[in-house]
Amino acid sequence: MSTGIMTIGTARVGYETKGYFRSLDAVFFTFLFPLIMLGIFTAAFSSAGEIGPPGAEISVGAYYLPGMLAAGVLLSGVQNLAVDIATEKSDGTLKRLGGTPLSPVSYFLGKIGQVFVTGALQAALLLLAAATVFGIALPTDLESWLTFAWVFVLGLTASALLGIALSALPRSGKSATAVVIPIVLVLQFISGVYLQFDRLPEWMQNIASLFPLKWMAQGMRAAFLPDEFAASEMNGAWELGWVAVALLAWLVVGLIVSRVTFRWIRRDA
Amino acid sequence: MDMTRMDAAVRIRGLRKDYAGVAAVDGIDLDIAHGETFALLGPNGAGKSTTVEILEGYRLRTAGEVSVLGVDPARGGLDWKARIGIVLQSSGESGQFTVREQLRQFAGYYPRPRDVDEVIAAVGLERQAGTRIAKLSGGQRRRVDVALGIVGRPELLFLDEPTTGFDPEARREFWALIRRLKAEGTTILLTTHYLDEAAQLGDRAGVIIDGRLVDVGPVATLGGEEARVPIVRWRTGDGTQREVRTERPAELVASLRQAPETVDTGGEPVGLEVIRPSLEDIYLQLVHAASAGAAAHDDEEALA
Repeated sequence: MSTGIMTIGTARVGYETKGYFRSLDAVFFTFLFPLIMLGIFTAAFSSAGEIGPPGAEISVGAYYLPGMLAAGVLLSGVQNLAVDIATEKSDGTLKRLGGTPLSPVSYFLGKIGQVFVTGALQAALLLLAAATVFGIALPTDLESWLTFAWVFVLGLTASALLGIALSALPRSGKSATAVVIPIVLVLQFISGVYLQFDRLPEWMQNIASLFPLKWMAQGMRAAFLPDEFAASEMNGAWELGWVAVALLAWLVVGLIVSRVTFRWIRRDA
Repeated sequence: MDMTRMDAAVRIRGLRKDYAGVAAVDGIDLDIAHGETFALLGPNGAGKSTTVEILEGYRLRTAGEVSVLGVDPARGGLDWKARIGIVLQSSGESGQFTVREQLRQFAGYYPRPRDVDEVIAAVGLERQAGTRIAKLSGGQRRRVDVALGIVGRPELLFLDEPTTGFDPEARREFWALIRRLKAEGTTILLTTHYLDEAAQLGDRAGVIIDGRLVDVGPVATLGGEEARVPIVRWRTGDGTQREVRTERPAELVASLRQAPETVDTGGEPVGLEVIRPSLEDIYLQLVHAASAGAAAHDDEEALA
């Protein structure tokens, strides 16, 4: 039986990914959004010159790249799955699946697999466009890429689980985007994606520190920005240990809430 | 029907479902045999869907015993779900997949699925097999629902108002499909608003009104003998409508020729009709009688 659950789960990754790319909303507001924002920031500040500590200046586009990668992780996990599953709950998809021998484990393997396939493609596209179109220099040392890899995997896993957890909140499929998008949008503004984090007031930085996006963005900055930039972080260091702790904590929260709240349908209704 | 099996495919005893203290299903007993096609009739809100959803495992009952293929649906696992097929009332799924993609995907969930192309042919969607479900008409989407319900080769198939939105030809084709499934031994529980559908497909039918099963039996016997007594209807000389129920309508009609009220018209009664109550007439009588009974019952309670 367990091999069946894995086989069907794997088959669902392909099915879910196909569905994702056939949905224009998902492609535009989740997949391409960070790329579009990076393009806008790069173009808007192209004449602003370089920023950063003396001796380590970089272009504005290069400064924003880690933030956009972090935003992509949040969108691909939280926004994508919260809206997707809430919609499936209200349009009858989950009810239909609940009447088949599909295991919920296979269903979630499909969803999380889809998040990883689309999230990885999104990051690859962002990095490719950064290097070729926007002329941003990417790291050349292995350590930076390893940092990127674990922040990406941990961040995306936590985001996917939080997306599943958040899908319980909207009362209908129609209200799903209205409930989910403001949450992820506010997080992007206070967590250093669109606004330079070290310029934000301390109280806002403290609030952002309660949520996972701030830590993803910090981890991505650690991977992509010159070490001299560490001095402008909250405690003057990248604090990668705390990045891991915060993301793991949110991963556990997402796992528990998903486990407790998910039902194919409400049977007591 | 497989009469050699003593156990019923569906066994219901004293089924009750309360919503906020009000009974939506109020003490139903029913057995459906293996291989039988059973049609459940009743007005909207009478408790049909609630009953069926309890059998499908979608809802929990308040009281009573239920066994579906030998399993309590409230505790039915994946192995049990592999043996049933469910066609729900129409849903609003986004339909980003083609008919064939969707059926392939669902076929993969079952241990012994039917051949996907055979199922597509059986529901008459060969030409639409490569079309995204979102682009299909309402009737075609309904056929996809039916295809998804049967692709797992179910022993027991639930059909909730399956032909709503079908044109007459599509309904005939659908009935032929259901007869083929029945011939393969599938047990079928059908809810419908169409009395002709129940008569065409059902070995037996049951009528649910106000959460109670008011009549069960072969479709041809619903409502009892007296409900089938022919009606003779005509108008008297002053235009009043007369209506008489009789087992001997020809005799009555003959007697009308000598009746004083037809003298003016030369022994020819005005607007003469002999009516054999249709299934629909009988069904409507049942519904009205039951609601009148319920009203009388309420009055008694109010007096007591």
